[in-house]
Amino acid sequence: MMPSQHEIPERLNLLQRIWYSIFPDAHKAQKERRDYLRLLNTLVLHFRPKVVQERTLRFNLTWGLGGMALVLVCLLFATGMMLKFAYQPVPDRAYESVVQLQDDVLFGQLVRNIHHWSANILLIVVFLHFLRVFFTGAFHSPRQFNWIIGLTMFLAILGSNFTGYLLPWDQLAFWAVTICTGMMEYIPGVGEGLQQLILGGRDIGPSTLSNFFAIHTAVIPACLIVLMPFHFWRVRKAGGLVVPRPPAENPSTKGEMVATIPNLILRELAVAAVLIALIMLVSIVFDASLGVKANPGLSPNPTKAPWYFAGMQELLLHIHPLFAVVVIPLTIVGALIFLPYFRYEANTGGVWFVSYRGRQMAVVAAVTATVATSLGIIVDEFLIDFVAWIPAIPPVVSNGLLPAAIALAAVVGFYVLIKRIYNATNNEAIQAAFVLLLCSFLVLTIIGIWFRGKGMALVLPWQFGISG
Amino acid sequence: MKEEHSERAGGTESTRRSFLNNLWIGLGLVALAEIVAVAFAFFRANRSRARQVDPEAIVTAGDVDKFVPNSVTAFVRGRFYLARLKDGGFLALSRKCTHLGCTVPWVEKELKFVCPCHASAFDITGNVIGSPAPRPLDIYPVSIENRIVKVDTSKVIKRSEFRAEQITQP
Repeated sequence: MMPSQHEIPERLNLLQRIWYSIFPDAHKAQKERRDYLRLLNTLVLHFRPKVVQERTLRFNLTWGLGGMALVLVCLLFATGMMLKFAYQPVPDRAYESVVQLQDDVLFGQLVRNIHHWSANILLIVVFLHFLRVFFTGAFHSPRQFNWIIGLTMFLAILGSNFTGYLLPWDQLAFWAVTICTGMMEYIPGVGEGLQQLILGGRDIGPSTLSNFFAIHTAVIPACLIVLMPFHFWRVRKAGGLVVPRPPAENPSTKGEMVATIPNLILRELAVAAVLIALIMLVSIVFDASLGVKANPGLSPNPTKAPWYFAGMQELLLHIHPLFAVVVIPLTIVGALIFLPYFRYEANTGGVWFVSYRGRQMAVVAAVTATVATSLGIIVDEFLIDFVAWIPAIPPVVSNGLLPAAIALAAVVGFYVLIKRIYNATNNEAIQAAFVLLLCSFLVLTIIGIWFRGKGMALVLPWQFGISG
Repeated sequence: MKEEHSERAGGTESTRRSFLNNLWIGLGLVALAEIVAVAFAFFRANRSRARQVDPEAIVTAGDVDKFVPNSVTAFVRGRFYLARLKDGGFLALSRKCTHLGCTVPWVEKELKFVCPCHASAFDITGNVIGSPAPRPLDIYPVSIENRIVKVDTSKVIKRSEFRAEQITQP
């Protein structure tokens, strides 16, 4: 029944008959379109396997987070390139060029908003992605090294957010970067040199801005362009995503395979479309903030670090800087790097929260951490003052080593206790310890963002308007 | 016999090959060292350019008598405070908080510096009177020639406590 080359197909509706009477070759184009589609499909299959495990398609395995991160990075690259045409990275012009972009350039504000919101949401998305990978045990062999690539990219994105924070050169940017680079001074030995290397001098100035601009627009994008394909390639090398399974099921059970096109690709396109729509909506409704121009002579009160460093800033209020910004963060990053290489009793790849008991323990850990950290902060704020109580020893010990040792003892104690009480495997106990630290970090961050007012005093969020 | 032959042939060949391989590796390392050295020099040059002697580094504050004892005068362009203590001596204090680098304003009423960022407080000599700042405010060298006070802002002096010899008497 295929229509021959020059024949207009029969059984067409009125509109089609009119269409073909105007463009007699249109049916040929239809065939060409099919060819293009085939070409596109084969192109997609260069990056994607032909078939995927049907069970990995479930939304509640990945929540689409990895795909979302990729979409956001693409949005950031696109808008970043546009912003680069408008932005001038020198202190005298930076703020003005942003104002000009917003006021005089058609869609300038929108492009800046998309960049701003994509960057902030990306940080949340990659953090959730990191949690998803951890809680589904997707760091076990053969995905161990990909966990490290992922961590590296997470740190790169953190660095990208931070270097981008300075660029608008308003008061918020200037002072947040001042205190964050001020933290570096406490790294023993190399701290001051490192700080001066990054700032390009003793204070934030023209060299700082050009350094940050270079890191933000060249160094980190270059790293991501290399690392992202590496990350995706390792996922394929591992045989695709980790296959979700109930705890009791044998991991070697083979599931049904389905074609990538359309099953996976359509799902991914849907996630991307919804995400882009959401970002557009947020960017239309909420403008990226731009305060008054940076004034090196006037620190605003309160001066806060960017929200993703709020946890560290909160920690700084309680313990000695050497421990708050060096020892503790480095220990945690180190532990995360080695996490996939611990000896585990079982490979729980694909099982959410290790097991049903693991889930219970995680809840116990979450509640313990939330209560203990909140109480700890309040008690430290009003009651504890190690420096005054033990004046004989230097503050770095009384206010640094001592509380850090107490915290470490608490985590180790919790680990041992939960292992004994629940007769847990080390998978479960390590997960519980991870949840303990995670929730403490979240509590610190939340308090740092919403419960700190003028002079960094503890306030309730709704008192902000009154006190500040 | 045959085995020995092939081993010998392989042996001599691999010696030459391994020599060349080592040569390549060695050259590669030299190239790497060069690149690292270039990068290092590049970033150092960047730093020293920023540090280059500023013609305005030495700030002429003014006549000694312009400053009342037990008062603090701010020098915005030099980024420091000139404090004249009760005994008439001078001290040039950096305005950067030693905790995290915020700018500390002088609170005239309470006669102290209070950092807006984390509430550190310093007295007129720069000594810490309220945590979390770990050490006193940094100072700059002060010189007095012909009763004119000058401050060299290119040299920061860090100190762990306030001592009398840090004061410049007119």
